[in-house]
Amino acid sequence: MSSPPVTGSAEVPQRLGGPGPARFRPRRTPPTGTARPRRRGLLSYWRQYLAISPFYLIFAAFSFFPVFYSLYLAFQRWDGMGTMQFVGLQQFRFLWDDPVFWLSIRNTLVIWVLSTVPTLFGALMLATLLHSVRRFKGFYRIALYVPNVTSIVAVAIFFGAVFSNNFGLVNAILGVVGISPIPWLSNPWLIKVVISLLMTWQWTGYNMIIYLAGLQAIPNSIYEAAKMDGAGPIRTFFQITIPIMRPIILFTVIISTINGLQSFSEPQVLFANNAANANLGGPGQAGLTTLLYFYQSAFLNNDYGYGAAIVWAFFVLIIILVAVNWRITTRGRKA
Amino acid sequence: MTAVDTARPATGGRRLRRPRGLAAHMILVVAVLISVFPFAWTIIMATNTTQDIYKSPPKFTFGSHLLENIRHVLNTIDFFGSMLNTVMVATVTTVLVLFIDSLAAFTFAKFDFPGRKLLFGTLLLFMMLPLQLAILPQFILMSKIGWVGMLKALALPSLANAFGIFWLHQYIQNGVPDELLDAARIDGAGFFRQYWNIALPMIRPALSFLAIYAFVNCWNDYVWPLVVLTNPGHVTLQVELAQLNVGHTTDYSMVMAGVLMAALPLVIVFSIFARGFIAGATEGAVQGT
Repeated sequence: MSSPPVTGSAEVPQRLGGPGPARFRPRRTPPTGTARPRRRGLLSYWRQYLAISPFYLIFAAFSFFPVFYSLYLAFQRWDGMGTMQFVGLQQFRFLWDDPVFWLSIRNTLVIWVLSTVPTLFGALMLATLLHSVRRFKGFYRIALYVPNVTSIVAVAIFFGAVFSNNFGLVNAILGVVGISPIPWLSNPWLIKVVISLLMTWQWTGYNMIIYLAGLQAIPNSIYEAAKMDGAGPIRTFFQITIPIMRPIILFTVIISTINGLQSFSEPQVLFANNAANANLGGPGQAGLTTLLYFYQSAFLNNDYGYGAAIVWAFFVLIIILVAVNWRITTRGRKA
Repeated sequence: MTAVDTARPATGGRRLRRPRGLAAHMILVVAVLISVFPFAWTIIMATNTTQDIYKSPPKFTFGSHLLENIRHVLNTIDFFGSMLNTVMVATVTTVLVLFIDSLAAFTFAKFDFPGRKLLFGTLLLFMMLPLQLAILPQFILMSKIGWVGMLKALALPSLANAFGIFWLHQYIQNGVPDELLDAARIDGAGFFRQYWNIALPMIRPALSFLAIYAFVNCWNDYVWPLVVLTNPGHVTLQVELAQLNVGHTTDYSMVMAGVLMAALPLVIVFSIFARGFIAGATEGAVQGT
């Protein structure tokens, strides 16, 4: 309709060669043979800066600045209302001696291990199986991925109902077989098992899809060569598939470490019934994860400084664990 | 049946393959049953009365009390009000994220400007940080500008979607050829026209993936709404759903009807778009490594 006017093309030589205002310029194709200044003023890039500015304004206000501000808060005592008071390392010193903080770290780590290990092994197994079958592939993929788009709140309520001590489906089935009810939601270990099951259910399909994409990227000729050399399916899997998949496995391990350590909604919803008592995380605080403890300190007790200290200490923990995982997962490469 | 079974093994190689394929299908079907079972059991609980659920052994069939349970839900919580809040926030967030992220990703992928590497590197670094590091200052900021309890406080922080930019950036770099942009430039298309008329139509698959991703995340988000929507009468669906569970544990079938109503729309929408979404998700993951 509004096709470019003829004058447009007449302008081109002037725009490319002339000393007129330097317009935007694709990175890899600089105009040739022109006497343009080597360095252009920042203003000439105003379109690029304008284009990224909506993101960076919001990013600065809600990600960049807050991360450092929370570090600043960790050295203060503040309830959000009165005046802030600088207390140095006192929050961290208190944190170091706080048994509830260490309990929450233990809970988080146990839940993380109990959920991540079966999730990743299950996902790898399912992806391998799915890669080997020909029919119903699309159906399997969707059906196994659906848990990941279900809301945590809905899933947590469901798990709470199914594992309920008195009326849950699991105990009812056990009762039919003659096993007395198991206190899923009051035993400290079983609480963690239930939360881990929930997370495993939700994340196995997601990781499976990623592994499957990795498997599909491996050329068939490699497998044929292995077959020719007389390698069985198990040997092929451990000596060919796993090494080639290493970068993807590393990716899933890191994502699972970051996600798995951030369990918050699961225990929060699961044990919200017991909100009558001040402690979150269920009986004996066995489901109190670090982020739940952060939420309790910052938003229920209005202890902003302590909340910030918890979340920063927790962040350091995540970095350490990601680094350790990185080492473990990449170690085999050199050997 | 037996005729088929005896006829098949005659064809050499098939014989060894079939049992393994069958075993694979059996394990996969079991996995599918596990992943779908909660939906089925939720429906069963939502269609029966609480007494039926509490019975031992419990009822394993669909009941006829669904409408009654739904009525209880609607009488107990402001279901449609909170759902409307969620839909509004999720829609606005998704549309804005698509625009902001694609514009920035296009700029990063196709143009050079001073500070490009530094800005993009910062973005990648912050993509790795746990969101909770920022949540407390975000809340303080919201209370400073008086937005606590308001829906716009929900949408704003999630507009800075670093993952979206990173992902679209990868896609545009490979998917939109430089030559095409040059041709458009020579024809007189300005920066914005190159973005709007050339790049955007070419990255439609990536955009549809990001749209579903952003919408689902926004719909299911729980932590931030829980923190910032302090006004009990004015929350999102997930927060309302969690409230339903707190106050009414004795009426399981009603709670389950609420869970069903809250979770099902998204699952259905997802199933419709799933094919493209999963393809998109894997592309990003494999490229990302």
